[in-house]
This record gives sequence, structure tokens and C-alpha cells, in this order.
Amino acid sequence: MSAATAERAAEYRPYTLVAELTYACPLRCVYCSNPVDYARHADALDTDTWLQVLRDAEALGVVQLNLTGGEPLLRKDLEALVAEAERLQLYTNLITSGIPATRERLARLRDLGLDNVQISVQDVAAPGADRIAGRRVFERKLRVARWVKELGLPLTLNIVLHRENLDRAEEMIAFAETLQADRLELANTQYLGWALVNRRALLPSAEQLARARATAAAARERLKGRMEILFVTPDYYVERPKACMDGWGRRFLLVSPDGLVLPCHLAHTLPGLAWESVRQRPLADIWHDSAALNTFRGEEWMPEPCRSCDRRTVDFGGCRCQAYHLTGSAAATDPTCALAPHHDLIEAARREAEAAARLPEAAATLVYRTARPLLPPA
Amino acid sequence: MSHDARPRLAPKARLRLDQKTNRYLLLYPEKGMQLNPTAADIVQLCTGEHTVEEIVSRLAEKYAPQPREVVEREVLSFLDALSERALVRTDP
Ligand SMILES: C[S@@+](CC[C@H](N)C(=O)[O-])C[C@H]1O[C@@H](n2cnc3c(N)ncnc32)[C@H](O)[C@@H]1O
Ligand code: SF4
Ligand code: SF4
Repeated sequence: MSAATAERAAEYRPYTLVAELTYACPLRCVYCSNPVDYARHADALDTDTWLQVLRDAEALGVVQLNLTGGEPLLRKDLEALVAEAERLQLYTNLITSGIPATRERLARLRDLGLDNVQISVQDVAAPGADRIAGRRVFERKLRVARWVKELGLPLTLNIVLHRENLDRAEEMIAFAETLQADRLELANTQYLGWALVNRRALLPSAEQLARARATAAAARERLKGRMEILFVTPDYYVERPKACMDGWGRRFLLVSPDGLVLPCHLAHTLPGLAWESVRQRPLADIWHDSAALNTFRGEEWMPEPCRSCDRRTVDFGGCRCQAYHLTGSAAATDPTCALAPHHDLIEAARREAEAAARLPEAAATLVYRTARPLLPPA
Repeated sequence: MSHDARPRLAPKARLRLDQKTNRYLLLYPEKGMQLNPTAADIVQLCTGEHTVEEIVSRLAEKYAPQPREVVEREVLSFLDALSERALVRTDP
């Protein structure tokens, strides 16, 4: 290997495979990060193809496996995938809504080598939680979370934060303690996918956010060594964007239910990029050579102000999907950056949220995730 | 961490060799830590069988002629850091 090739291989070494096994899901979360047109992407990969994906990903350097979706428990071959991941010594995290889990199946997955179970709940109580999930599932989720602990599996609790539940950070932490969660993710909504459709109803105010962040910080200190607490700030309230996915096509490799090799869970919503499928070409070839993946690697594509900004090696210019879905151009500076020419879009959204927050809660109309197109074809 | 504690890797953590770098990686939810050779030796001894004292002795032997105090300091600070992140446990 030449020095330049070796350097490139290290720069673009994936550590995590995000395997989106299916977009199907019994829930209808109003913040779901799946593409709004997810129904266009059928489950097209059979078990053998997924097993090959795991092997190829490990050979590329992957050491972490996220089994997610949609709802990964809907795949009947989860057992086979977990067993292969164990053989490959991957750290395997099942990211699930908990529906439809059984205690027996979880025990089986544990015995096959599953390392961690992440369960998402929408709030600390029904019916508020169920209103966000669009199904009466809260009590069942609780039962599943208890099974996970009873079975001796590490439990991550994930709660997506938004205007309706953000004031309950204290209760969420107490709730996670009761369940003996090993890790609590208080993850503010990322406003893409269905969450962007519902942004008006979900985006919190700056004060709400500051209070919750302080609560989480205090609890993190108190629970050190017992429960890890992660608080993810929404990028609408930080003046510089995050390094989305640690940089496009660098550390995360995502395979969609229909086999596309992507840098993140929404890249296939960007126009004009020809994504390749693991059914057509070996994963390693796609990872290194795919024209779509290479589009936003490096700095060639960057516009000003990123091109001459010191932070370009830190945040890589932010999120390409956010740029596209807000400005119409995937190559624009992420508008959450205060230096971005389109930052006014973010300020307008914040103002809209502040105004909407003054309305009574009943006034918030929510659009539930559905396989039907949002707009009839023209 | 006290000298007679018997640290053991938490169930949420997993140690593996990184084929790309030949270094050990300590993996846990959403994260990984690349370990230097001493750190990897320490983690490999976190089985719940050995006391901190014993771990220090073993490594002092292995890394001789490094002074025992230096090894001890390194072992203790690394174990404390791991325990703060709940990656090792000392409860029975
Ligand atoms: C898309 S879900 C798929 C797995 C499973 N159906 C579930 O909900 O747990 C993956 C993770 O993303 C979280 N999530 C979904 N939409 C999100 C959003 N808009 N912003 C941040 N996190 C989100 C979920 O809570 C879950 O932990
Ligand atoms: S976020 Fe909700 S709707 Fe989306 S996949 Fe997970 S459980 Fe299903
Ligand atoms: S201008 Fe670009 S590189 Fe600089 S902080 Fe903003 S998004 Fe990041």
C-alpha cells in the first residue's frame, strides 16, 4: 500500500455499521427519523446478503454494529445476524422500540452474543408517551425494559426530546434510575424526516432547553459510575453545527433496508446521487469508490464560508441532509451555522416555535408517520 | 479504588484486538477506546479474580525495571477512570 493509499484508508475507516434491517415498524412516532418516503425502499436483502454485509464491514474495520430500522425485531433472522456478529467479535447493539419483543427472544439473543439493548420510550408515562408514538405501547415497553435488566443485558434508555416532554428531564432521569438503565440518552429531536414535518409542534424554546441541559448535567455528576447520561443538544440552538456522523463517509457506514451503502440514514433523500447497492458490488468497493459517497468527502465541494473557515476540519461543514432539506442545496453550508448564508431559516424556525409554544397544547397538530405519500402525486 | 478490590469488566464492555492497528479496543455502547499495551494488560486482568494489588504486582514484574510505584500509579488512575465510566465494577 502506498503512503497516500494508507492515509486515505485510515481517514475513511468505518468503525460502526448501522444496519437498517427494515423500515417497517408497528409505531408511528411523529419525530421518526426515517425518510418520509420510506415505503419506496422495500426490504430487499435476504439473510445471506446481510451476513455478507457484516463480514465485509468487519474486514473494512468495523467493530460496532447497530441493528436498527424501522423495527429490527420484525426481522425473523435477527438471531442469525447476532450470531455472525458474535463470531466477528462485533459490539452489537439492538436499537429497538421494544415492540414486538418477547422475553424468550431476548434471552435467545443474549445467549447468541448480543451486547447491549437500547430501548426508546417517548415519555415517562402514558398517555403522553403514546400520543407521540401513535400507538398504545408505553406499558409494554416498560415490561420489555425490565426483561432486559432481568436477563442481565445492559440497558440503554433513549428518550427523544421535544417541546412536549422537555420539561420532564428530572422525571426522565428518575424513571431511568428506577429501570436501572446503564445509560440514558436524552436526545433532542433532529429535525429531519418526520420530525421536520412536525417541527412547528416539536421545536422547544431556548429557555426550556437550558433548564433541561442543567438538570441533565447535575444528574450526570450525581450518578457517575452508575448511569451514564448523554444529553444531545439540538443543532437549532448551537451557533456552530455538529460534525454530522463524524464527517460524511468517514466513521459510519449505513446499509439501508434495500441494500444501499450510505453515509447516514437520510443520504438517499438527496437528489442526483446514484447510491449503489450491496447486491451489485462488494461493500468495500462501494465504500471506497462510490461516486455518491465521494461527493462530500474532503473539502473540494465546500462553499464559502466553510472553505476558508478554521472549523472545517472539525465539523466538516455540518449536515448535508439538513442543508438540502432546508435550503434546497446539499452542498450549502449547514444553515444551523450562524455564519451560513441561510441561517435566517433557523432563526425563523425558532421564532415560529416560540410563538407556537404560547398556544395551548391541544392546538399542536401532529402528523403521524405513515407509508402513504404525504402529498398526492402531481 | 482500594488495593483489595477485585475489578471486573462491566457486562456492557467488550475487549477486542483491532486487526487494522494491532491494538486492543475497549468497546461499549456507541463508543470505543484504543488502549495502549499497558492499559490492555490491565483490562485483561479485570476478570474479578485478581485484586488491584495482584494486578500491580503482575504488571510491575512484566514491565521491570520500571519502578513499582510508577506502575501502581498508572494502574490505579486507569482503573479509576474506567470505574467512573462504569466500565469496570468492583461489587461482588
Ligand atoms: C429510527 S429509530 C429505529 C429503532 C426503533 N424503531 C426505535 O425507535 O427505537 C433509531 C433511534 O433514533 C431515535 N430517533 C428517532 N427519530 C429521531 C429524531 N428525529 N431525532 C433524534 N433521534 C431520533 C429513536 O428514538 C431510536 O433510538
Ligand atoms: S422512531 Fe418510532 S416510528 Fe420510527 S422506527 Fe422507531 S419506533 Fe418506529
Ligand atoms: S462556516 Fe462551515 S466550517 Fe465554519 S463553522 Fe460554519 S459550517 Fe463549520
